[in-house]
Amino acid sequence: MSKALIDLIKKNFGAAVLETHSLYGDDTVVVEASAWKEVARFLRDTPQCSMDMLTDLTAVDFPEREPRFEIVAHFYSLGKGHRLRLKTRTGDSEGDETDVDSLTELWASANWMEREAFDMFGVIFKGHPDLRRILLYPEFEGHPLRKDYPAEKIQPLIAYRDVPNIEKIAPFSVDEGMSFGRQTHAGSRGRDDSQVN
Amino acid sequence: MEPLDQELDEAELEMPTEPMLLNVGPAHPAMHGTVRCVMELSGEIIEHVDVQVGYLHRGFEKMCERGTWTQVFPYVDRCNYVSPMLNNVGFALACEKMLGVTVPERCQWYRMILGELARMSDHLTCDGAMAMELGAFTPFLWMIKAREMIWDLMEEETGARLTHSFGRVGGMASPPTEHLKENARAVVKHILSVIEECEKLLLGNRIFLDRLEGVGVISQADAVSLGWTGPCLRATGIPYDVRKASPYLKYGEVDFDVPVGSASDCFDRFMVRLAEMRQSARIIEQCCQRMADSGPVNVTDPRIILPPKEEVYSTIEGTIQHFKIVMEGLKLPAGEVYAYSEGGNGELGFYLVSDGSGTPYRVRIRPPCFLITAGLERVITGAMMADVVPSFGSLNMIGGECDR
Repeated sequence: MSKALIDLIKKNFGAAVLETHSLYGDDTVVVEASAWKEVARFLRDTPQCSMDMLTDLTAVDFPEREPRFEIVAHFYSLGKGHRLRLKTRTGDSEGDETDVDSLTELWASANWMEREAFDMFGVIFKGHPDLRRILLYPEFEGHPLRKDYPAEKIQPLIAYRDVPNIEKIAPFSVDEGMSFGRQTHAGSRGRDDSQVN
Repeated sequence: MEPLDQELDEAELEMPTEPMLLNVGPAHPAMHGTVRCVMELSGEIIEHVDVQVGYLHRGFEKMCERGTWTQVFPYVDRCNYVSPMLNNVGFALACEKMLGVTVPERCQWYRMILGELARMSDHLTCDGAMAMELGAFTPFLWMIKAREMIWDLMEEETGARLTHSFGRVGGMASPPTEHLKENARAVVKHILSVIEECEKLLLGNRIFLDRLEGVGVISQADAVSLGWTGPCLRATGIPYDVRKASPYLKYGEVDFDVPVGSASDCFDRFMVRLAEMRQSARIIEQCCQRMADSGPVNVTDPRIILPPKEEVYSTIEGTIQHFKIVMEGLKLPAGEVYAYSEGGNGELGFYLVSDGSGTPYRVRIRPPCFLITAGLERVITGAMMADVVPSFGSLNMIGGECDR
């Protein structure tokens, strides 16, 4: 059934399709990075595909290849019950120029998964509304799931962050901050216990 | 005494307001210890929220690239640590899909029994914790006590209460014990009675219902777009369950229903989990009836499964076979595979890339609760501050799986 999907994509995006296969029963289409978003949109909007769920999106690093990264997305159609794996390739051997279009406009699930792929591999998703690290902290150096990142590498210690409005964090001085809390304490000090209850 | 409803000029009450920034977590008990929410509050209404995860990130995927395929099992145990058996089986199924082997029938039933017990432990924890966070401590203790019985059974079967590392590619670490069926039936019976008691305690409780009903609502379209699966998606009314949609093991042969909700609020998510435990009980009973008492558990392919210890110590073939698997690791053919099963929180996917050596090239786990937690922002924006606790509890975020 999904064989038909591969043919459909080939028919519509013939020039952009680099490769297809159905290894272990998983139908796979590899497309040019420039056609990435258009193919994804086609998969979502065409009634024969109707891929309403982007189940997974991740990247794989092949440092000896050029382009270096494979971006792998898995789609699932709740209505039709079929699946498809869509891949694209991007990035030079240095791991730069990894731009690929973001799918956040099409599926909300792409948001966090693209952030994770950026965090782990340094792939840049163009058009992502909020592309920052998600599992690691902002000061982290490098992208740990790249094959050239040594697993035993130790990260440098980082300085305290500059937090805006840090002066507003408790403890407040007597005349600022959560006044209602302070007043209650100040007021209750002179009060008779029996009156409180 | 002056009347309370004095005539006030409203213009005089206009005060300059600024949104309040509130930081919840990561060490807040309601955030389960590993999520931080930075909220912008206007009064008690949440205007914006930034959900930050990653406090439990341990580099699971990087670690997997350093050992053999079999050595991944202890790591997947620590992903969803409330139902580790489901992760074990999910990963084993992914490797088996790549190898093209199917485990013997007895093993399939065995995996289903243990898997469904693990699912029950997952749902018991989630529902119990939800009740506790809303102030109902007794159901929590009862449910955790029931979960303890599951873990005792797991200990009997696998030797470990929590991190079993019991799955193997091509089978299980050891065959079922003699008293498995008897024990499983006793545990299930007890759990069903606990569920019933907890229902009586909670479902007539006005406070509990008020805090769940109509709270944390998400639309069907949003849930699908966010990639939600499992009980949270089913609570929106979409009956998507991997066990039904694409049956693996023997799920195609057992009789069970997929409970769905309709309002997709916290209450529905709570009830879907309760109903699923009853379905799990049905599945376990059917598995117990159909599982043979004797027969092979593991595949016989010597390239996949370790030989029995007597052979290792007494024959040269056994020694070599053992040595090859332990030192080089079992070899998965080059290529890539995506295998999926129903975890405690939804579709648990494994995307494996192998280069044909004994070491994984890439192990990607598709964590269901990572995507569900991604939806938290949409669920609580515009809600009241107090609704965060039941909303977050009902999503069942498991730190190990979310942050890996």
